Amino acid sequence: MSSRSRKARGGWRVARGDRRAGLTPAVELAVLALPALALLAVTAPWRVASLTPLAPVSVAQAAVVRDHATPHPPPATRALRVCADPNNLPFSNERGEGFENRLAELVAREMGRRVEYTWWAQRRGFWRNTIKAGRCDVVVGLPSGYGPALTTRPYYRSTYVFVTRRGARPPVRSFDDAALRTARVGVQLIGDDYANTPPVAALARRGIVDNVRGYMIYGDYRTPSPPSAIVAAVARREVDVAVAWGPLAGYFARRQRVPLDVVPVSPASDGAAVPFTFDIAMGVRKSDAALRDTLDAILTRRHAAVARILDAYGVPRVGMDSNRVTADAR
Amino acid sequence: MIPPFRRAAAAVPDTRPAVCAERVPRRAHRSRALALLVVAAAAAAAVAGCSRGDANTTRDGNNAERSAATAGAIPKGSASSSGGVAAGKITSPGAEAEDGQWVRPAKNFASTRFSGLDQINTTNAKTLRVAWTFETGVLRGQEGAPLVVNNTLYLVTPYPNLLYALDLTKPGAPVKWKYEPKPLAAAQGVACCDVVNRGAVFDNGRIYYNTLDNHTVAVDANTGKEVWNTKLGDINQGETITMAPLVVKGKVLVGVSGGEMGIRGWLTALDAATGKIAWRAYHTGPDKDVLIGPRFKPFYKSDQGKDLGISSWPPDKWHQGGAGMWGWISYDPGANLIYYGTSNAGPWNPEMRPGDNKWGSTLFARDPDTGEAVWAWQASPHDEYDYDEINESILLDMPVNGQTRPVLVRADRPGYLDVFDRRTGELLSADPFVHITSSKGIDLKTGRMIPNEEKSLKTGQVVRDICPAAPGGKDWQPMAFSPRTGLLYIPHQNLCMDEEAVEPNYIAGTPYVGANVKMYAGPGGNRGVFSAWDPVARKEVWSIKEEFPVWSGALVTAGDVVFYGTMDGWFKALDARSGQLLWQFKTGSGIIGQPISFRGPDGKQYVAILSGVGGWSGAIVAGNLDPRDSSAALGFVNAMKDLKQHSTKGGTLYVFALP
Repeated sequence: MSSRSRKARGGWRVARGDRRAGLTPAVELAVLALPALALLAVTAPWRVASLTPLAPVSVAQAAVVRDHATPHPPPATRALRVCADPNNLPFSNERGEGFENRLAELVAREMGRRVEYTWWAQRRGFWRNTIKAGRCDVVVGLPSGYGPALTTRPYYRSTYVFVTRRGARPPVRSFDDAALRTARVGVQLIGDDYANTPPVAALARRGIVDNVRGYMIYGDYRTPSPPSAIVAAVARREVDVAVAWGPLAGYFARRQRVPLDVVPVSPASDGAAVPFTFDIAMGVRKSDAALRDTLDAILTRRHAAVARILDAYGVPRVGMDSNRVTADAR
Repeated sequence: MIPPFRRAAAAVPDTRPAVCAERVPRRAHRSRALALLVVAAAAAAAVAGCSRGDANTTRDGNNAERSAATAGAIPKGSASSSGGVAAGKITSPGAEAEDGQWVRPAKNFASTRFSGLDQINTTNAKTLRVAWTFETGVLRGQEGAPLVVNNTLYLVTPYPNLLYALDLTKPGAPVKWKYEPKPLAAAQGVACCDVVNRGAVFDNGRIYYNTLDNHTVAVDANTGKEVWNTKLGDINQGETITMAPLVVKGKVLVGVSGGEMGIRGWLTALDAATGKIAWRAYHTGPDKDVLIGPRFKPFYKSDQGKDLGISSWPPDKWHQGGAGMWGWISYDPGANLIYYGTSNAGPWNPEMRPGDNKWGSTLFARDPDTGEAVWAWQASPHDEYDYDEINESILLDMPVNGQTRPVLVRADRPGYLDVFDRRTGELLSADPFVHITSSKGIDLKTGRMIPNEEKSLKTGQVVRDICPAAPGGKDWQPMAFSPRTGLLYIPHQNLCMDEEAVEPNYIAGTPYVGANVKMYAGPGGNRGVFSAWDPVARKEVWSIKEEFPVWSGALVTAGDVVFYGTMDGWFKALDARSGQLLWQFKTGSGIIGQPISFRGPDGKQYVAILSGVGGWSGAIVAGNLDPRDSSAALGFVNAMKDLKQHSTKGGTLYVFALP
């Protein structure tokens, strides 16, 4: 990857806790030079909007200078206003290279609209600062039943997966696999005192602790696709097994120099409190039932196209074929 | 143990005005029936006094009891500046003559936050009025203490960390200069709990302070020109800085925030003259990195051993072990030791980091010249509750069992009022000052907290009634000590928490199941307390219930007036001996700052406080969070749902004086 593109992507950095997005050093000076944005940086409660001057973001910029509490009025032009992360492949990026970008375009086309993005790193606070603040209307990927949202019927279900180097030994398939007791195991850390990714709990419950290594899910936001480090760590032999969310692992496993196996974890749920499979849906504001219904209808009508996009990105799916969207009466 | 004042709550009608804090004395007698009578009567008197808006509430029997208990130990009216240590008096090491200034965050190295000025006293405090105000223009949590040096008042704002110098010699104290460090905006996304800054320090003609994006700067106190600027950390590694530095013998001491972000915590000393890093002590990892060497003599066995910063963790987890340092540093010039505590271990959930996880939640004594550790004591081995140990240490020379000893006093997150021998690290006493369920006490023989297994957190299990909640019995908000009354003045909270049902959550495209942490008021229903504690008698003397957590610091003066602020905006003056409310003023926003007192060029005594709600507790207002999102701000929002009705954002300095 060229340094130019690295720079362009390295937009932002966000974190948990207070859940704000911000800008990286690469774009910092440029942003501070803009009086409106400098003012925003001083006065904006809690978060600075995720912008990068290197991308065409005029509408998004206009949106973020507003008071957070004021809902954004519908724009004069017909646009599907999508809230998305500018640096989080395979899901989305500001170049439109993620599968959620593709899905947004598909849905917008069906609605006769164009896509208009508000970029914000998808971390804690993402919902509050984007869709809830009225800056945009649709989040393409959320866990079905995500509390603050009105979600569509799920359009895919994926799973946490084991990622191993091909050939060295049989792929790990279960948390009860004895190999996990001796292999170096990578997991992702969220950075919250009270929560971590499901594999962390599953391993801890089995006393698999000493050989577990953590990768912050935030990663280094100056780099492209910060959460991808855990998959690269398998290829680099930093760890023998990584346990990561399927779409992320499936996509990055294909892009390593050595062949990797990606295998759904089992059991599918480690007790009710620790599920490894999640239904993913689109989300809108609770009050936007009409928009939700429109999206549902499109996802139903175009389920084959949705499946093709997911296939193209190597999104592992379980327990729900592409017809599930129509069949699911949730 | 439930402090008895909570029993009084039942006797007090809930219909009292929210602004009327209730002064409830500590129970005097062991007889429960009698105690309830006394408490009820006193509470009724307090309410009556409050409703009259009258400062002349009668003294109650409990204060008489306190006076009787401590009369022999603390002669009233004695000053601390003699420096001599004699049985029966409480003094501070390295006490300096009162110069009417406020040059360090805690006023002095012993961190007493005691001003020797006495123009404002218990008789005339009721006439206090606003002398002037200053608008910072930054509407985030204002946690800093202003400084006053050479007739100039200095204050640091939250991000973007502006430094203002105000000229006290001119009417209205106009801006002399402003320094703008322009920290990276992205740093706001890394800080855990609002974008606060806890202030600056003055030394040798310069103001030193830290920016959120990990720079320490030295600014010429006269001109506002930057002298040096040193970058100490990286926001992309989860590091930020929010603490106020301390300068000791030409070293600027700075610690890092970000324990939840996978950092490896440290304290760093910079050469005050050049800004070059003199030493850095990490808080996890091998002894050589922690600056543990031959001089390290921890008092308790569980803190002794080689490379505990590695062996008390599962392999390699110390690399991301947290244990930052975002609180306060004290210094004993006689022993040439600094004292400070580290933040909690992270970011792994506790089940993934079996072991003590040293040196998270640990109190350190170090040589400021070399950084060498001299002793350490881990307050919360294997912390499960986010109990940082960053709270301030007050250094006193004080009678303990009839003999004067050099002590270090802390009111810490787990809820204990700890008294240490500060030369050795021996824990002399540890008394609960709040309702505690998360532990069963501290074993003075082993120095270890006795955990309560029933409250141990396990994935997928609901654990209720964990007290104190994550912010602890007391958080960063510093207490004060008066050598005249012999009392500690403790601003704190009364919060418990549940860790309950799990819900799907989503970060960076990765779904997970988040624990739902909910904080709420502890026994009695009030979320805050301001209390006076007698460290010799080891008991509470009086306490005041506050609606919201008392997230401001405390100030006590030689006029025997104690000051603090509330999150709904009241700035209060109390009689330091009785706790009686003398005066209060409603500022524009909630108060989470630290009051100071100084003598102006006109010879008058002033009291200053920054008003502007925020911080972890006030994030619901400063960050405009949704009150329905009860797990926001790590569960704190649940306990603060109503704050938006009581305080809006602010960022104003208020300065008060007598007419």
